[in-house]
Amino acid sequence: MIEEVGTTELGELVVNLGPQHPSTHGVLHLVITLSGETIKKVEPHLGYIHRSIEKMCESLSYRQFIYVTSRMDYLSSHINNHGCALCVEKGMQIEVPPRAKVIRVLMDELTRLASHQLWWGAMAMDVGALTPFFHAFREREAINDIMEKTCGARLTMNYMCPGGVSFDLHPDFQKEVKAFLAFFRGKLDEYDELVTDNVIFQGRMEGVGYLSREAAISYGCSGPTARASDVSCDVRKLSPYEVYDQVRFEEVTGTGGDCFARYNVRMGEMRQSMAIIEQLIDNVPEGEFQAKTKAVLKLPKGEFYSKVETARGEFGVYIISEGATTPYRIKFRSPGFSNLSALDHMARGHKIGDLVAIMGTLDLVIPDIDR
Amino acid sequence: MLSIENITQSIDAWLNRAFSPSVATVLEGVLVGLGAITFFAVLGLVLVLMERKVSAYMQIRLGPNRVGPGGSLQTVADTLKLAMKEGLIPDGADKFLFNLAPFMVIVVAMLILAPIAFAKGSQLWDINIGILYVSAVSSLSVIGILMAGWASNNKYSLLGAMRSGAQIVSYELSAGFSVLSIVVLTGSLQISDIIASQQDGWWLFKGHIPAVISFVIFLIAVTAETNRAPFDLAEAESELTAGFHTEYSGMRFALFFLAEYVNIFIVCAIAATLYLGGWMPLHIGHWSGFNQVMDYIPSSLWFLGKTFFLIFVIMWFRWTFPRLRIDQLLDLEWKYLLPLSLFNLLLMTLIAIEGWHF
Repeated sequence: MIEEVGTTELGELVVNLGPQHPSTHGVLHLVITLSGETIKKVEPHLGYIHRSIEKMCESLSYRQFIYVTSRMDYLSSHINNHGCALCVEKGMQIEVPPRAKVIRVLMDELTRLASHQLWWGAMAMDVGALTPFFHAFREREAINDIMEKTCGARLTMNYMCPGGVSFDLHPDFQKEVKAFLAFFRGKLDEYDELVTDNVIFQGRMEGVGYLSREAAISYGCSGPTARASDVSCDVRKLSPYEVYDQVRFEEVTGTGGDCFARYNVRMGEMRQSMAIIEQLIDNVPEGEFQAKTKAVLKLPKGEFYSKVETARGEFGVYIISEGATTPYRIKFRSPGFSNLSALDHMARGHKIGDLVAIMGTLDLVIPDIDR
Repeated sequence: MLSIENITQSIDAWLNRAFSPSVATVLEGVLVGLGAITFFAVLGLVLVLMERKVSAYMQIRLGPNRVGPGGSLQTVADTLKLAMKEGLIPDGADKFLFNLAPFMVIVVAMLILAPIAFAKGSQLWDINIGILYVSAVSSLSVIGILMAGWASNNKYSLLGAMRSGAQIVSYELSAGFSVLSIVVLTGSLQISDIIASQQDGWWLFKGHIPAVISFVIFLIAVTAETNRAPFDLAEAESELTAGFHTEYSGMRFALFFLAEYVNIFIVCAIAATLYLGGWMPLHIGHWSGFNQVMDYIPSSLWFLGKTFFLIFVIMWFRWTFPRLRIDQLLDLEWKYLLPLSLFNLLLMTLIAIEGWHF
């Protein structure tokens, strides 16, 4: 047990950053050891928002447990639901109709856009620029409105279900998404002008929080965090699900490994997501939006795993079934947990301000880490 | 024509008629003191509202719009709220220093107000070393901030105070050199002389490029000195929650808040005095017709207009720039601004000696 208050023998200052702190974006508790302003050690303490979701899932049916996963990474609830639905479909060997597949990908990419928008605003706020936060929320609001019309929800969507999606698309969906894309393309350039090209911002980002390729792999990082260190790890490319193998998009990688590389990867991903949506929005096949499934789902005895690419990285669902109506054990592999583990490695030797910037580029969502 | 000059002169004449000269002087002192305190409070209210409105329009919001017409009484309501709040003193805090710090900061801000010329003939104290006095007193505010950070018994406050100390001491140099470059041109430290020397044009236009450079350096340096974004490291909300005033609440916090805004006003007023002619209307050389038209605008409006324009610029900085890191902040000062302002002072001296300015 380390001394949480006071100073160490070397005269270093031990500061508790969080669990209530404006830049930990939730209830993350970091115990940082400082020498002056320089960080000697960062130790994340978890558990402040642990709701034992994995245990809860053991008493919920295969239709019900998906809804709990919206509460994990609340910024990409569609994609979490998607991963769980995929895993159940794998176990039950349900064939998803083509229309549902395309709808799912469209929703995933819109979620990724919304998540990255919020990240962009929060990231800028972490380095001290407050205005981008409001601009980001304006654009995110447009996506939320689109989602609300189809799914009936704005945050915890609960739209994907085993066999497809819960409801068909709203008749206005395609028109509104196209209008949003046209509107957002201009705004994305504005984002670059306001933040990316700012000299102070680049100074704060470049060369800060370096994560080598080897370190990224050994810490199990995934998503934009790992791709910025030149690790090709996009699940959509490596093991495509739904229609990701039929659309053209690039896996955005960077070579810098620093905060600016992570920033640029996410900005690039927003453009790629828009490209995917553009290819699919006019090509949603007609037909069923949900496969015919039994009222009560029973997975056969065995172990099933599926993974999807959320806005933060690889999200894995591992189900052990004993053949009952509820899972015997469920394990989620959340991207945020592994990405957070690299924080100490990245932050050592930097200043306090850099720690906040590094946390910003990791795009941490605490309920996803604690579950 | 209504101007502050006429008002002050008529009050002075009336007092001297009604009382003996010595009593009149004392009464004038009391009036001026009351006036300064009222001005101080009103200024704080106006500037806080202005900041909130400016930030709102930059952030696609409306800003305060419920209390009073257009939200104009919002800051009054906020002040009342703060006045009624309990002022907590944290455990283990140095009570004496903790209570003294906000007053230190506010008194320093009030002291600097003394030599500023608000309009033609409205200056509290036209001391002959006016600008030197301003530079000297303004560096005292760092003591208040250090006191607050140290006495709070909070690590965030201490870190904020440490940063603030390094920052203000560094940027004082650049601000000082920028001020010196104008002093070199006018040959006087007295504020009324500096304003009078801009009778035929403001130094920003008369002093060639070196004046523009020193104006820009001065604006950057005073932004840093007043702990405003992008140099708000002492507060650094996302890093140190609220920096040196994390532990302050109620009226003590309000005093820090008020001092911040009054300091902004003061530095902008000084920038306006040095580079934009203070209350002096816009005069261009010998265009007497144009100059006469400009003279019809009251001098207090000229002064306030210039000052509030500069305040707007400083607010604009705050709402569009990210914050610098502590080492980058010090790099900017010691590696770029200081050598540049030294060189600039040299150029300016050359211009002043050779008489190349207009």
